[in-house]
Amino acid sequence: MHVILFVVFAGFCLGGAINLLLQSHPINSALSLIVVMSSLAVLYLLLGAEFLAAAQMIVYAGAIMVLFTFVVMLLNAGREERTLGSRAAGIIGFPAVVALLAVLATVLLRTRDLGTAALSQGITSTEELSTVLFTKLLLPFEVTSVLILIAILGAVALARHGNGDSGGNQERTEAK
Amino acid sequence: MNPSITSLLQQAVPLQAYLLLSAVLFTLGVIGFLVKRNLITVFMSIELMLNAVNLSFVTFAHQWHAVKGQIFVFFVMMVAAAEAAVGLAIIIAVFRARATLAVDRIDLMKL
Repeated sequence: MHVILFVVFAGFCLGGAINLLLQSHPINSALSLIVVMSSLAVLYLLLGAEFLAAAQMIVYAGAIMVLFTFVVMLLNAGREERTLGSRAAGIIGFPAVVALLAVLATVLLRTRDLGTAALSQGITSTEELSTVLFTKLLLPFEVTSVLILIAILGAVALARHGNGDSGGNQERTEAK
Repeated sequence: MNPSITSLLQQAVPLQAYLLLSAVLFTLGVIGFLVKRNLITVFMSIELMLNAVNLSFVTFAHQWHAVKGQIFVFFVMMVAAAEAAVGLAIIIAVFRARATLAVDRIDLMKL
């Protein structure tokens, strides 16, 4: 059962990722990326990470991708123009990518002492995960919340209409 | 049921398969980053690379029965959410200034 689920959802993953590259309209790429992320959530569940599977669906496939599709629709981005790209990408980039994949695949296939994953091996419960998160790693967790807050403020400041001066003047006049 | 099918159903997947999938997804993300000419799609390729790395984190957490590996993925997700919010805000600002999303035309830092 595990084999079948893995093959099906790994196939979805790869198909979605390849479709992301082939589509010329950004909204199609965004929908392919949602397929990739949902399939990855199933793979996390197969590896016994139930909390991460839920978080992947809610945070990635839900929140982040909704943000992406929203921006694509807001900007009304049309088809992308096919250009040849830079010469550096052709000469250095693609051989480097092929070399990267070759090195990674060689290292991974030569590793012998890796285990296997089966459905009977149980799952890491959310309780187990949150015990470590809220005792040993409480400080990084709280720092992350500050990071999110700064990101919200930064996003609002960047996406605000008009340049900074007029916005500031408007606020000042409103305050009066 | 046919015994060969039963053995196939009970067979476990080697973790190399997961790591290999992660490597291939990462490479596809790099290719997308180099090939795509739309700013939003380039940004999506970065998200694809982050997801590929997350998969290998979860695989290694499974291998060594380490909870901290999964917590690291949780932190990566949080940082990715922050990054997506700020990055898309920057894309909106760029689009407002240039009225284009083609990366070939956005080649100056100055507005």
